[in-house]
Amino acid sequence: MNFPENLRYTKTHEWIVAQGVKVKVGVTEYAQKEISDVVFVELPKKGLVVQQGKTAAVVESVKAAFDIYAPASGKVTDANTTLEGNPGLVNQSPYGDGWMFELELSNPAELNTLMTAQQYGEFIHQSAKH
Amino acid sequence: MLISSDDRLSFEKSRPGRRGVDLPKERFCAADPLGNVPQNLKRQGPALFPEMSEPEVVRHFINLSRKNFSVDTHFYPLGSCTMKYNPKVNEWAARQEKFTALHPLQSQETTQGMLEILWGLEESLKEISGMDRFTMQPAAGAHGELTGMMLVRAYHASRGDAHRTKVLVPDSSHGTNPASAALLGYHVVEVKSNSHGCVDLEDLKRHLDEHVACLMLTNPNTLGLFEKNILEITRLVHEKGGLLYYDGANLNPLLGIARPGDMGFDIIHINLHKTFSTPHGGGGPGSGPVGVKKHLVPFLPSPLVGKTKDGYVWEKRSPQSVGRVKSFHGNIGVIIRAYAYLRSIGREGLRQVSEAAILNANYLRVKLKDTFCVAVNDPCLHEFVLNLSAFGAQGVHAGDIGKRLLDLGFHAPTVHFPLVVAEALMIEPTETETQETLDQFVSAMKQIAREIETDPAIVKNAPHTLPVRRPNDVLAARKPILSYRDMVREKVLAAEVAA
Amino acid sequence: MPYLSLTEEDKKAFLHQIGVRSFSELIASIPQSLRDPKVSIPEALSEPEVQGLITRLGGKNTTTKDFLSFLGAGSYEHFIPAALVEIISRQEFLTAYTPYQPEASQGTLQAIYEYQSLMTELTGLAVSNASHYDGATSLAEAALVALKHTDRSRVLVARSVHPHYRETIRTYLAGTPYVLEEFGFDAGGSFNRQEFLEKLDGNVAGVIFQTPNFFGVVEDLEGMSEKIRANGSVMILTGDPLSFAIFRTPGEWGADIAAGEGQPLGLPMSFGGPYLGYFVTSQALMRRIPGRLAGLTQDADGKRAFCLTLQAREQHIRRERAGSNICSNQALCALAACSYMTLLGKQGIREVAEINCDRASYLRSQISKLKNFEVETSQTIFNEFRVKSKKPFAKVEEKMKAWKIFPGVALQPFYPELKDQFLVCATETKSKEDLDRFVEALEKC
Repeated sequence: MNFPENLRYTKTHEWIVAQGVKVKVGVTEYAQKEISDVVFVELPKKGLVVQQGKTAAVVESVKAAFDIYAPASGKVTDANTTLEGNPGLVNQSPYGDGWMFELELSNPAELNTLMTAQQYGEFIHQSAKH
Repeated sequence: MLISSDDRLSFEKSRPGRRGVDLPKERFCAADPLGNVPQNLKRQGPALFPEMSEPEVVRHFINLSRKNFSVDTHFYPLGSCTMKYNPKVNEWAARQEKFTALHPLQSQETTQGMLEILWGLEESLKEISGMDRFTMQPAAGAHGELTGMMLVRAYHASRGDAHRTKVLVPDSSHGTNPASAALLGYHVVEVKSNSHGCVDLEDLKRHLDEHVACLMLTNPNTLGLFEKNILEITRLVHEKGGLLYYDGANLNPLLGIARPGDMGFDIIHINLHKTFSTPHGGGGPGSGPVGVKKHLVPFLPSPLVGKTKDGYVWEKRSPQSVGRVKSFHGNIGVIIRAYAYLRSIGREGLRQVSEAAILNANYLRVKLKDTFCVAVNDPCLHEFVLNLSAFGAQGVHAGDIGKRLLDLGFHAPTVHFPLVVAEALMIEPTETETQETLDQFVSAMKQIAREIETDPAIVKNAPHTLPVRRPNDVLAARKPILSYRDMVREKVLAAEVAA
Repeated sequence: MPYLSLTEEDKKAFLHQIGVRSFSELIASIPQSLRDPKVSIPEALSEPEVQGLITRLGGKNTTTKDFLSFLGAGSYEHFIPAALVEIISRQEFLTAYTPYQPEASQGTLQAIYEYQSLMTELTGLAVSNASHYDGATSLAEAALVALKHTDRSRVLVARSVHPHYRETIRTYLAGTPYVLEEFGFDAGGSFNRQEFLEKLDGNVAGVIFQTPNFFGVVEDLEGMSEKIRANGSVMILTGDPLSFAIFRTPGEWGADIAAGEGQPLGLPMSFGGPYLGYFVTSQALMRRIPGRLAGLTQDADGKRAFCLTLQAREQHIRRERAGSNICSNQALCALAACSYMTLLGKQGIREVAEINCDRASYLRSQISKLKNFEVETSQTIFNEFRVKSKKPFAKVEEKMKAWKIFPGVALQPFYPELKDQFLVCATETKSKEDLDRFVEALEKC
């Protein structure tokens, strides 16, 4: 599985771009596989202020709904509205066209609490064992 | 062929000028009453309803009905749904014009027979459940749960207990439990179940404090097992000042055997369309009467039916009543059916129903346990759960097995619920099934187990013999087409894209 | 016991196969102190005895077939086609379960789909759900949708909306931070435009009108949707769906949601239930709709197939994050409405509405000639209207009993200021003789 180096990862399978103050957020390849076919994404409104670890979006498959948590605190500055007509992009391109929303970070230091690509890869591997 | 393959909508069968019903031609007003109506108040464009003759309409719907499974045609072992036989004398009763032609706002002197039924059903439900009073207003189980949560809120508010903001639900609960609590603004906290699907007492104690408004439970639980510790559980919650809510979906095995009121529950709802044999109708109407203990009676929705020496009356509204949870008095047609059912089975029938329900469930459990993994192998009450994760090795899920059962002439049991069991199949035969039917079901299940070994594809791609194969539900959700208009628009758009 | 097949012998054999010596082993987990409660309900009756009992109880009712009835107010006497009764009595519809297994339920699913389609046509809005419990609960959930959608906390409702609906909304909002506020009606019974506009501010999530309103008056909502939309609020309309066949529809008025009572579409009055809540919205609010939705798709062979869709909105998936808790709805009632609308068809639905308007208008004009009663004849009505009695209405009702007539619904219990006023409803079920007899009787009051 692919976990790009330039991203940071959460235990709840979100990714966030590691550089900059306005950064994109999405779900990992592992997540999209677990969710299976995405049928709808409830995106946050622009201007919404989120805290690290709190629900910022919801992803729906046919049979389930999944909370997407903000990897870091900040304000939502953009949301990927193409997902409205094409939610399958989350499955097809989770790190590219399937990005979900953009955050203006209020505390960039929070990124250091997240996992690197290698750490996330190990985390997935460990979880699979149990 | 026997089942029509014509899958056109009525709109697609429509031809201009056809009509299914004739109406009186005479008009009493000398001039058209719509003549003076301002243009802006009139409907601007026509309602594009289909135009079909009566024979066509009848054939259309009867052919549709033949594409359905139903209790009257198939065995429906759906866990927690209690798909028992729907007695026909109940239908006869509910259709009597002496009831269907009653207007809900008629004066009580003109509806004494109807009020006697409402009162009589309430009396019986009180006896069966051990509660003190019932409201018949709620139109379904979930509506009853919502009503119950309103009563919880009103009760605590009346005592100035403003800090009770939590409602506890087991992780094995039906989705309507947390949804109902959340609708009233409660913070829902899940309590863990142990391997028997019973409430983990330690986890419960951890969550129990003065902020708990209520614990919602169903007993037996969704694994068909009785909460052995129920008296301890209700004692613990009451000690902290909380209330106990009973989800009556699993009442069928307890009739005449045990009563939620005696267990310590303060509020219960009953599903008339489960335990009390009223038909499911393809998804309703149901009825969810809510029963309470004395201390909650003042808060019940109004009005309630009372009996005086002069006859049956609508009681004066209690000043603390939560109000109304719907218009008029409740799903009366469903209530009449349940009343007829209880008058038919009577006092001695209660225990016969629950005993047979329990015997049938255990019989099935025992006949299946050598081929399948039963989640908990103790004697169950009215239902039990299979864990089908072993078949994952061949890539087969519980849902696939359910679909293959459709080919073999059985409606699938409840699949993938409760969430606490992996690849769950919840089976509730009910008391109205014969041993032969149960044996046939066991044979079918065993056949499927063999098929998974020899030819898993036939299970994974089931069903094969029904009017349609598996619908593409991903497409249905990504591109919702929810009306004939949507359908036409899609066709036009698709044609444009192609051109 | 006609519904069981287990004999005493069978039970013994089962116990043996299950591997227990007695039944009590199967209920061993139930604490002894709870077992064998004393349950006193009446003894069992045979089927002929049950029929006799029901008939006797029915005999204690005086129905709208025994008396000539002019009762309306949210529950209406209408002609129900015989074919409709045959269709909904069909066992495969009546005793079917919720269509969670679509391959085994195409009948129910297609019928729901057609019901949804017919409701979008009738109301002029884009998306309909598969039904709600009734008009009151449907409207209450519409208010909740408006509150969630706008993130505001007030809902405005016209006082001319059905009292049971307003009360139900109030019950649903009790204990939440949300508030329901009313605006009044003028002398003629139409909503007070000025009072409404004064209350419309930035904290209003939704506005609810009823048309025809509780007094039977068809409301003029010209300009309302523009103002409401400009205010960022949701416009909700409720009303007798039969009236939409000839009067301006919720969609044509610019409403966002139409939520109300579908009982007039082929359901008997049946003392108040089971009824049918309709819930239809604009495309924009589709994902906020409570309840089930049947959608069109294809099966694995590319064949047309129907299935429940957008289920991830619902309680069984979202649990405490669901917008609504509704599970069972009123599916069979929706089937009845679907059959009704299909049998009547494009011409029939218009005609039946015109006949209702004709009967009520005729009756109104006849009553307006009577000395002891006052009635306003200038407003546009559908099938009911207000009458003021110069003598106490209770006396009128009393006298009418002797003539075997239910004259109408008293309004004072609902609106204390409307002393001796009552609501008269005349549908297509009334012949000219019926109406003339009623007027004659009123004259003698």
